[in-house]
Amino acid sequence: MLKQIEGSHAVAEAVALCRPEVICAYPISPQTHIVEALGERVKSGALAPCEFINVESEFAAMSVAIGASAAGARSYTATASQGLLFMVEAVYNAAGLGLPVVMTVANRAIGAPINIWNDHSDSMSQRDCGWIQLFAETNQEAIDLHIQAFRLAEELSLPAMVCMDGFILTHAYERLELPSQEQVDRYLPPFEPRQVLDPAQPVTIGAMVGPEAFTEVRYLAHAKQLQALELVPELARDFKAAFGRDSGGLVRPYRMEDAEIAVIALGSVLGTIKDTVDEMRADGVKIGALGITTFRPFPLREVRDALARVKLYVVVEKSLAIGIGGIVATDVRMALAGRLHLRGYTVIAGLGGRPITKASLRRALGEAAAGRLERLHFLDLDRAVVDQVLAREKEVRRSGPIAEAVLRNVGVVGAKIR
Amino acid sequence: MDKPFAITLDPGSSRANHTGSWRTSRPVYVDNLPPCNRACPAGENIQGWLFHAEAGAYEAAWRVLVRDNPFPAIMGRVCYHPCEGACNRGTLDEAVGINSVERFLGDEAIRRGWKFDPPAAASGKRVLVVGAGPSGLAAAYHLAMLGHRVTVREAGPLAGGMMRFGIPKYRLPRDVLDAEVRRILELGVELVLNSKVEDILAAMRQGGFDAAFLAVGAHIAKRAHIPAGDAARILDAVSLLRGLEGAEKPMLGRRVVVYGGGNTALDVARTARRLGATEALIVYRRTREKMPAHDFEVEEALQEGVMIKWLSTIRQAGAQGITLEKMVLDEKGFPQPTGELETIAADSVVLALGQDVDLSLLDKVPGLEIVDGVVKVGPDMMTRHPGLFAGGDMVPAERTVTVAAGHGKKAARHIDAWLRGTVYAPPAKHADATFERLNPWYYSDAPKTVRPTLDLIRRQSTFDEVQGALDEGNALFEARRCLSCGNCFECDNCYGVCPDGAVVKLGPGERYRFDYDYCKGCGICASECPCGAISMIPEEI
Amino acid sequence: MHQPIKFYQTGTHTVGNRLLKPEQRTVQSDRSRSNSLNCGHRACQGCGEALGARYAIDAAMSAARRQLVAANATGCLEVFSTPYPESSWQIPWIHSLFGNAAAVATGMAAAMKVKNRGDVRVVAQGGDGGTTDIGFGCLSGMFERNDDVLYICYDNEAYMNTGVQRSSATPPAARTATTAAVGDAPGNVFGQGKDLPAIAMAHGIPYVATATVADLHDLEDKVAKAIAIRGAKYIHIFVPCPLGWGAAAHDTIRLARLAKETGLFPVFEAEQGEVTGILKIRRKLPVEEYLKPQRRFAHLFAPTPRPEIIARIQAIADRNIRRYGLLDEGAR
Repeated sequence: MLKQIEGSHAVAEAVALCRPEVICAYPISPQTHIVEALGERVKSGALAPCEFINVESEFAAMSVAIGASAAGARSYTATASQGLLFMVEAVYNAAGLGLPVVMTVANRAIGAPINIWNDHSDSMSQRDCGWIQLFAETNQEAIDLHIQAFRLAEELSLPAMVCMDGFILTHAYERLELPSQEQVDRYLPPFEPRQVLDPAQPVTIGAMVGPEAFTEVRYLAHAKQLQALELVPELARDFKAAFGRDSGGLVRPYRMEDAEIAVIALGSVLGTIKDTVDEMRADGVKIGALGITTFRPFPLREVRDALARVKLYVVVEKSLAIGIGGIVATDVRMALAGRLHLRGYTVIAGLGGRPITKASLRRALGEAAAGRLERLHFLDLDRAVVDQVLAREKEVRRSGPIAEAVLRNVGVVGAKIR
Repeated sequence: MDKPFAITLDPGSSRANHTGSWRTSRPVYVDNLPPCNRACPAGENIQGWLFHAEAGAYEAAWRVLVRDNPFPAIMGRVCYHPCEGACNRGTLDEAVGINSVERFLGDEAIRRGWKFDPPAAASGKRVLVVGAGPSGLAAAYHLAMLGHRVTVREAGPLAGGMMRFGIPKYRLPRDVLDAEVRRILELGVELVLNSKVEDILAAMRQGGFDAAFLAVGAHIAKRAHIPAGDAARILDAVSLLRGLEGAEKPMLGRRVVVYGGGNTALDVARTARRLGATEALIVYRRTREKMPAHDFEVEEALQEGVMIKWLSTIRQAGAQGITLEKMVLDEKGFPQPTGELETIAADSVVLALGQDVDLSLLDKVPGLEIVDGVVKVGPDMMTRHPGLFAGGDMVPAERTVTVAAGHGKKAARHIDAWLRGTVYAPPAKHADATFERLNPWYYSDAPKTVRPTLDLIRRQSTFDEVQGALDEGNALFEARRCLSCGNCFECDNCYGVCPDGAVVKLGPGERYRFDYDYCKGCGICASECPCGAISMIPEEI
Repeated sequence: MHQPIKFYQTGTHTVGNRLLKPEQRTVQSDRSRSNSLNCGHRACQGCGEALGARYAIDAAMSAARRQLVAANATGCLEVFSTPYPESSWQIPWIHSLFGNAAAVATGMAAAMKVKNRGDVRVVAQGGDGGTTDIGFGCLSGMFERNDDVLYICYDNEAYMNTGVQRSSATPPAARTATTAAVGDAPGNVFGQGKDLPAIAMAHGIPYVATATVADLHDLEDKVAKAIAIRGAKYIHIFVPCPLGWGAAAHDTIRLARLAKETGLFPVFEAEQGEVTGILKIRRKLPVEEYLKPQRRFAHLFAPTPRPEIIARIQAIADRNIRRYGLLDEGAR
């Protein structure tokens, strides 16, 4: 059914169609609309049986989900940014215990400085925690990925994170195709847990494991996550058969057939990138784009294959590994190991919600094509401001907080801060 | 369930981990000798029968009791209960009223007509018991139970010995005595009354007996030399108390002086009150602390109006009265005359100065050792003459009914062994169950139940029994005050308090066992065992 | 007819009593008890927590007709019971993290509700660190929402698993690895600590109780009562730690008894935030009796006796006695 709807509400509807049995909610922007909408559904009885629990923190949210999942209930929560970081201990724990919790991360920057706008720092901080990470390019895909995520998580008994760009997707109203309950029920079987707390068959979950078996436990976690590389494309194929849409999968190439330049990215920025690709193609540049939908496990083979014929690639990413540079770029480089002649660029873009414009992208891609771009490029960086701060810091030992210094130089609100 | 490797485990699988290897000392269950049992002259398993009484299983309790002593109803009245003096509960609040529970069981047995278990198979041996007092009857009972044919010859007209002719009715009603004697006779014991044995060896020969147990008692009153005029009426306690069993009541007059400080003296004084004496005065040469009579008897006598003159001896008795001399105790505690005299009026003087034994039946037995008028016996109660055993008041010992009954039991066991050509070896005694080993926290707070006593007017005028009995509720309460010192009473504490679940409960009556595979040796079980039935012993490492 | 006989030798002081009716006996005295925490666990000798946990969980199992699941915070209890490859637990049990046992249990309770398995009762358990400190937020949330969970805190008054560091349940003057017995004010500070039973009561939850391993009947009654109640329940069980307290392994129960008899650990229960029951002191004792057998308080007695510090501890006991009415009139 087509519906003009906000992304968050659409996701809430999709999640509700998956018949979650326990939902934990703790408010943090920009994820709030999702759980609000779910809460209303539970309260009204539209979603039943389901327990909607207003927890006291994200740490509790994930913990409640862990308990519920271990007791055999399909469990869901949503968070973002600081919230994700606050629950980190439990995030790792859910993965370690192999509990198929599904969580939406409405991607948002991490402070300090505190910032509510979009980038991928939050999800990227959890790339090694053992969760499956799926990145939605559009709200339609966000809907579809949630439906697939439940099936994927439960088949593998691993938790899955569906990442969607905060505000850009969560708060965008658009026309979306919402599946019917029957369709979802056909696609997603009821939760049959791999292990469950059941008085009829008691088990001890969460033992302490020492050096004698810890490596094996970790290896198995890795091996299990790699199974998703097989399963994700299967589920996407099934999904297409059931819902008639291409959604999900490991990677999504765009106009890559004869591309010499590839632009690689995750999430909603792919839309802008595709437009830019189209414009540059019109100008005769052999360029294409590669969207990575499944970031964890990382589809090394698919990325390598997609880039097999390119001469140059640019990773545009909304996160920064401070002290080294790109995060996605590092993984891409891993996929391309051995192809030393390939020129690769990392473009850090859209941090803390800064718009990524076609113009800027085109400029950067043009520079890259010309071989003039720095290997690690910060899109639209106000070079004057940072140079000024750096120069001042060289002179003054106690130069004060960087953020305020930048603001002062930018002249926004901090003009009077001394 | 397809369980994740290592993180998810099977329930209870830690039993594979034998933590017993950590232990440096191990708990062991012990059975220690409770002070009551240790103190009992009749060797009763007091704690053993209290255990059943606690549960209201009175018949079972009685049956445990009579394994050692056939006279519960009598003991419950006349025993001076050294068990209670030794009772560890005395340190906590007050001793358990063992004696009153015993009486309750004895009375219950009479009321319900409980009989002894059938005796062992007949041995074909015959034993002669001389004297139907507590010792003789007890020996007869035990010998009969062991399968021997027993004949009791009694010089007097009735069975009971001092229980009948020495203890006043107000302490031991005769129907109680008769009932417990009858029950022994029902085992097939032959009782021949008015049949004094003059020559024991001849009697054995003539009767074809294989062994004999002598328990003739001490019935000859000791006399003190008191210069007395013709008018003075002086008689002895033995004759007086014996006379009470006859039809004619002895005449004592209004003012009676009793000379002596033992329990008999008190019996006489209290009897005198009941016979109508307005004044009953005990004259004793030492102090109350030194008096051999039991304190409670003194107390009861005083309540009944008996008066006691301490530190006094009788110098002479005459028509005008008797002359007393005041005494003082020397540094060794012996009374010494002061020369200070006093005369008091008295219608009669009763001498209660102890009794001697008539040993004439032994005149023709060679080789016996007789010291201070009594026959020496070995630890097996046998005299120097093989097959001739003796007990009760005629051997050197404290002269109480309970001691006598104990002699009877002990002698019977040795006679039995002797008849079978073996030697009776009593089981080794356990270590003492001391108060220090107890954990008294666990026992409920419960002071002793006071037995009802007869009101004073009736005590001064009738021979009704002074001490009342406990009713069932009280008896049960009293039994349950027992701490079960030194012996497991299955309170489950060890089973519960073990942090390692290393105690196995074996079920009612079966107690527990330690599972040393898991016991880490913390010792909580030993600390929290109420009755001190667990000891920690070092492991050999 | 006879009057009912109300005296049973050891009454309810001992674990069992053959003189009581079977239904009056403890779960622990029953040979068919669950032994929820099985043999072979790796707790120290004389561990009060191991004992308290078996007492409580067996009682809960009995009350819940064996339909019980449990969440466990990180800590001694978790570590000594579930090192791979062996578990001591005989019940469905999960360990997630140090600070989230209450929340995990909330999730389990929600799952049971949604699965229509209301007969399955949910217990969360942890030590004093996992309860009063790091798990406090989740616990308070569970209370406030009145989730259908019984939370049991085994209080041994410090972080024992990590090597005896102070927690907010550590008593004043006690020596721990982080409150050294040196200086003018040796040992832990004289603060208010964190009176978790009182805080639980302040949430107005249906049931709050304290208990010790020295009063089994009381402990079991409280667990059974809590299991029967829907909503959030909190039971705080005092469990001496021989290692952490520097006490003899065989003194575990004795110390728990002394804590209660001195008034330092009030044993009570409360419903809807109101105290409804008190376990009276049976034989009142001065706090020294409790302090002396523990090396963590040794600095109060030697080399320089510190009567003024002991007096302050006595004042705490006296205040508890007043506040909860722990003494009967005329009690010894």
